[in-house]
Amino acid sequence: MQYMLLLYADEKSWETFAPAEQAEAVAAYMAYGEALKKAGVYVAANRLGSSGSATTVRMAEGKAQVLNGPYAESKEQLGGYFAIDVPDLDAALSWAARCPGAHHGIVEVRPFWTDPA
Amino acid sequence: MSPREGDVHARGMADAVARRSYGKLVAFLAARTRDVAAAEDALSEAFASALADWPVNGCPANPEAWLLTVARRKAIDGARRRRSGELAANELQILAEGFEAAASQEEIPDQRLALMFACAHPAIEAGIRAPLILQVVLGLNAVMIASAFLLSPAAMGQRLLRAKNKIRTAGIPFRIPGREVLSSRLDTVLDAIYAAFAEGWVDAAGTDHARRDLAEEALFLGRLVAELLPEEPEALGLFALMLHAEARRRARRTPLGEYVPLAEQDPALWDAEMIAVAEALLLRASSLERIGRYQLEGALQSAHVHRRRSGEANWPAVVQLYDALLALSGSPVVAINRALAVAEISGAAAGLAAMQEVAADSRLTQYQPYWAARAELLARQGTHGEARSAYGIAIGLERDPAVRRFLQQRQAALAR
Repeated sequence: MQYMLLLYADEKSWETFAPAEQAEAVAAYMAYGEALKKAGVYVAANRLGSSGSATTVRMAEGKAQVLNGPYAESKEQLGGYFAIDVPDLDAALSWAARCPGAHHGIVEVRPFWTDPA
Repeated sequence: MSPREGDVHARGMADAVARRSYGKLVAFLAARTRDVAAAEDALSEAFASALADWPVNGCPANPEAWLLTVARRKAIDGARRRRSGELAANELQILAEGFEAAASQEEIPDQRLALMFACAHPAIEAGIRAPLILQVVLGLNAVMIASAFLLSPAAMGQRLLRAKNKIRTAGIPFRIPGREVLSSRLDTVLDAIYAAFAEGWVDAAGTDHARRDLAEEALFLGRLVAELLPEEPEALGLFALMLHAEARRRARRTPLGEYVPLAEQDPALWDAEMIAVAEALLLRASSLERIGRYQLEGALQSAHVHRRRSGEANWPAVVQLYDALLALSGSPVVAINRALAVAEISGAAAGLAAMQEVAADSRLTQYQPYWAARAELLARQGTHGEARSAYGIAIGLERDPAVRRFLQQRQAALAR
């Protein structure tokens, strides 16, 4: 089964990290990605630009409504994702717990869509 | 056999198989596809077929296998109807392989424990775990479960369906968890079983037939888990705890149906054999050297029983047990019971002071035993006006008419 690991974190606290700390965190994410590949469960991954780089689009009354900023005005923002292919939820949760994102913020584990019964 | 006799015989056989094997059959059918709802549907259709077929063709030698064969056919048909394309082909393959394996075995493997772990998985909404286990492992109907948990059947049905869908779509495994997480996962299974037991125990006299069954069913599940995981002390602890409570059932009501608190019960009415089994379980649990909430609650039951039988006050030991339990659970309910024990040693004022420490918890304003305990201690202290008010609140919060009457009597007995 394929799962998305969606990484949410407080961007403001990231900005308070010294460059050395930030580099260390990035290295941790790289190592995590390598571990996923070595285990044969890696599907895809990406780091997203900060929420300041986001723009929303909504169609309203036939026109595109374009607004600056991310969808949700929350303290934690979506910062990246890992897509993995594992046998069941427990395996996905186990990988999510090992993700550096689980230390810095929260990881949401969501399966890819399956047809309803 | 006449047609009517055949009918009755078939029904009897079907009922017996349902009681014995429902959970095993659901667990087996659902384990491969993680689709609990589909397994239940297939099985209920199989039972319907049995009631049509067995009166005519006689009861099969192996009714479980018969039901499984029919259910698997219906499950495959159902899957074929619902899905199409590659996904369906995979699923049908899985179903077929699984049932091949089963057909070659004499007895259907018991995967009920794995099913319970799936139902009590942390990814399942906490409030629905107990009802889910009761429906899926015991086959209890949604109407009965709904009334026990104070929900409308429609609301209960909806939440149960959501939970079953979650198991399927999120890929919750049917597996006894690995050693690292087993104890913590087991806690949620045990909590769910205990929640069901507590709901059944609301009717201590056993006059509400549906509720009494609930307590019995929970006891059955508790025994099952203890038997399947004999090295898990908390599983043993929970079963012992429930046995202790069950052992005193007959003493909780007078022949006229009046409520009798533990302190006034006649130990001769207790089921001594059940208590002995509970004690043996607690002993074995303690030898495994991993203390937990249910063992502590069991030990408290043990202490109360000992005190009543021997006449020896053991309140300091009881307070120590409550201290340990409070440290583990932080539960205000435990704090209340601890305060009552403190009062036995140091007087009503000390007990009231101990209760003050948790009085700030807003949940307690709706909790009858808190007000009843407060009233009791206020009465002992001599502050009858406040005691009377507290009894009033307790009475207003109590569901059970017999307990209400008891509280009313206590209230009325207070000198003006």
